[in-house]
Amino acid sequence: MAKRIDVSGLTAYYSAHKAIDDISMTVEPRSVTAFIGPSGCGKSTFLRTLNRMHEVTPGGRVEGKVLLDDEDLYGSGVDPVAVRSTIGMVFQRPNPFPTMSIFDNVAAGLRLNGSYKKAELADVVEKSLKGANLWNEVKDRLNKPGSGLSGGQQQRLCIARAIAVEPQVLLMDEPCSALDPISTLAIEDLIGELKERFTIVIVTHNMQQAARVSDRTAFFNLSAVGQPGKLIEIDETERIFSNPSVQATEDYISGRFG
Amino acid sequence: MSHAVVTDKRPSTLRGASLPKWFAWATAAGSLALAVGIGLAAGLHSKVQWGLIASILFVLGTYVISAKVEGPRQAKDRVATSVVWVAFLLAVVPLVSLVWTTVSRGVKVLDGYFLTHSMGVVADDEVGGGIYHAILGTAQQVGLATLIGAPIGVLTAIYLVEYGRGKLAKSVTFFVDVMTGIPSIVAGLFILSLMLMLDMSYFGFAGSLALAILMMPVVVRSTEEMLKLVPNELREASLALGVPKWRTILKVVVPTSLGGITTGIMLAVARIAGETAPILLLVFGGNFINSNPFEGPQQALPLYIYQQYGAGSSAGYDRAWAASLVLIAIVMILNLAARGIARWKAPKAAGR
Amino acid sequence: MGIPTQDTVPPPAKPSATEQKRAARGATRPGDRIFLGLTRGSGILLLVIMAAIAVFLTYRATLAISKDEGNFLTTFDWNTSADPPVFGIAVLAFGTVVSSVIAMVIAVPIAVAIALFLTHYAPRRLSGPIAYVIDLLAAVPSIVYGLWGALVLVPHLNGLYSWLDAYLGWTGIFEWQGGAPRSMLTVGILLAIMILPIVTNVSREVFRQAPKMIEEAALALGATRWEVIRMAVLPFGRSGVISASMLGLGRALGETMAVATVLSPDFLIHTSLLDPGGGTFAQNIASKFSEATDFGRDALIASGLVLFVITLLVNGAARAIIARRKEYSGANA
Repeated sequence: MAKRIDVSGLTAYYSAHKAIDDISMTVEPRSVTAFIGPSGCGKSTFLRTLNRMHEVTPGGRVEGKVLLDDEDLYGSGVDPVAVRSTIGMVFQRPNPFPTMSIFDNVAAGLRLNGSYKKAELADVVEKSLKGANLWNEVKDRLNKPGSGLSGGQQQRLCIARAIAVEPQVLLMDEPCSALDPISTLAIEDLIGELKERFTIVIVTHNMQQAARVSDRTAFFNLSAVGQPGKLIEIDETERIFSNPSVQATEDYISGRFG
Repeated sequence: MSHAVVTDKRPSTLRGASLPKWFAWATAAGSLALAVGIGLAAGLHSKVQWGLIASILFVLGTYVISAKVEGPRQAKDRVATSVVWVAFLLAVVPLVSLVWTTVSRGVKVLDGYFLTHSMGVVADDEVGGGIYHAILGTAQQVGLATLIGAPIGVLTAIYLVEYGRGKLAKSVTFFVDVMTGIPSIVAGLFILSLMLMLDMSYFGFAGSLALAILMMPVVVRSTEEMLKLVPNELREASLALGVPKWRTILKVVVPTSLGGITTGIMLAVARIAGETAPILLLVFGGNFINSNPFEGPQQALPLYIYQQYGAGSSAGYDRAWAASLVLIAIVMILNLAARGIARWKAPKAAGR
Repeated sequence: MGIPTQDTVPPPAKPSATEQKRAARGATRPGDRIFLGLTRGSGILLLVIMAAIAVFLTYRATLAISKDEGNFLTTFDWNTSADPPVFGIAVLAFGTVVSSVIAMVIAVPIAVAIALFLTHYAPRRLSGPIAYVIDLLAAVPSIVYGLWGALVLVPHLNGLYSWLDAYLGWTGIFEWQGGAPRSMLTVGILLAIMILPIVTNVSREVFRQAPKMIEEAALALGATRWEVIRMAVLPFGRSGVISASMLGLGRALGETMAVATVLSPDFLIHTSLLDPGGGTFAQNIASKFSEATDFGRDALIASGLVLFVITLLVNGAARAIIARRKEYSGANA
């Protein structure tokens, strides 16, 4: 249920502007990989190239390869819709479908992918909500709209929605940046549990968070504003935070810029 | 796939069976050819029918083929895409036809003579004559309407944006909305009822009053939008300098949004210039030049078109098309100029 | 020249001149008061005009209806010069509603599709100019649509009519006994073409404002483009599309010249939409006006009053929906 990602020579553009340049890295299965770096370094853009969400932005285009266990996401004949249902995503701001109930939100992805029996659907919804540590809080109001939950609960609802379709990989784009510390803690705990089952990639602004949740950390940087972002290094999180091999990484982590 | 697969409902590949990129074009071409075939075989004369058959074949064909090859989800997606394209093309046809016919048939009799002469000595079924009297009438009626409608509209908008609190402002806002929806013929009937009471007969200014009523809500709405765009900091800066509110409005707020206000007024002018119904009821039209909008029937371009059409002669039709072309040209020039002003003024207003 | 409403219209130039003088003298308080009075006066004037429209139309209408020998609402006749006069709006109400409903049935789905085309399907380079052109088309005067409808559209509809008659004639609604296709169906088609730009424009605005966040959520779940639209665009656009349709309906109900040029009116209710004949409020006023006596005009004003009330209701409903939608999206923002 968890796959490895091999990126080689990936470059992404917004129309004529090159956003990230020539990135290669490997994301290990059943682990948490964190992307850190200053604003505008392209870490979110890179994340969005991993499930072909980048090309949804007008003018967005990608060169290079992203292999999901040997299969190139950008190969000819690959259906981006299939890619996105294989690689789930959680966004910066919680975005449950406001017109749907909590139950329907979690079931939304399943309903797209085929017809399920009612009981089967209820099972998956319960399992996913439990997986997102949300079940106890919402089990009595599954038919209420998801937009009535608190921000942290909404974000966990979005995680439940993403894991309900059993993706191979879970991408998280600063999932805690809009949340209070307690909700953040809940999500971080959850990430720790989810990595038993999924390959997780998380973009974060918060270096403590990267240090707390991730196994490996990738540091991105850009040489100047308007220049494309680059991968500076990727290594075991412990090494990145204690003894990085590149000076810029250490400068960033110790708060000298960014 | 070579790796050990955990139980998974989905096909392990990302590569679903998919139709090639040229599929949509091929289906379109195929259904068009088939439709022409059916049309010829069944002896359908109207191209409208051919087009409708082709559209239906296209949508159905897309669904059936895609459902077979790609599965129901993709098929639905493709059908949605093809329906949307077909709807667009379907709508384009009449609109293009309208513009094309007006231009191609309008240029037939449109020349300097046509623009500078009236219908004074021309019978309805004779060739010749022109629209000078109609242009003159439209210019006067619309001009007077603008003189009345634009200031009231702008002042009302200023009231709503700069002062408007409480019940009065709320009800004005509501009734401006309601007024936007008044059919032009009702505005005409209103002035007509006044004329009946005062026992008056047709004259140009009566039409202007009805047009002014139609114009006001449009001007209020657009001016309101523009005034709301003026940042509050500008107002506060001026007020903080001790400038009284009314001077702040006149010297700071209105000049900042002047481009937008002008645009709104011009669009409103374009709208009322094409109104026929109130003119028919209040100004009555006619074949002669009348340069006094306060006495006697006058002609106006839209009404001229209606009356030339009503004449039923081919010469009348030609004149109606030519007048339509002139009217569309006027309306479009006003529209384009208004949008031009909006575009040209917008960044400056923001940057100031 | 006794121009009746001139005294209610404040001459715009004079007060602003006095304001200038006061400003020069530095009398700020009176300046503020005068300016406020002027702007508030304009607002009140608008209310007065609206009230006057209702009052005067009602007054003239009662003059006519009080002498009406028939039932004003149910009579199938418009004979205002008879003694005693007999007239009623049944045929007009029927024709107005039928033609507008046909227009809505045709225009709204197509307009929604075009709006989706512009926001979600068309290449970006194309959608901007197309939206611009549609904006311009909304400005084409209705009389030009009427002329085009009568001289181009009508002759083109013969084929469609015989077709409908052949396959759907058995329903009675689409029965065609020949005759130029200047019927309610043609009127409906023309009205549909006319309101298409406005309904499209408003719907496009609504769809464009659908939250991108939610669309991305659907996309990231592996939704196809159509599924994204169904999950994340249409639910947000529904009320907007309804109000757009109501605005279009308001136009269709009150459209005068296009109907007057295309329809060959009679004062009957036809069960077949393809039968030439029928009439609408606005068309009837335009066609009957020039030959009407003063009393006949009052009768036409009475029918205009009904049209006025109907359009008020429709537009009011549209505005109410828009207002509610604003609150809804405001609460979510």
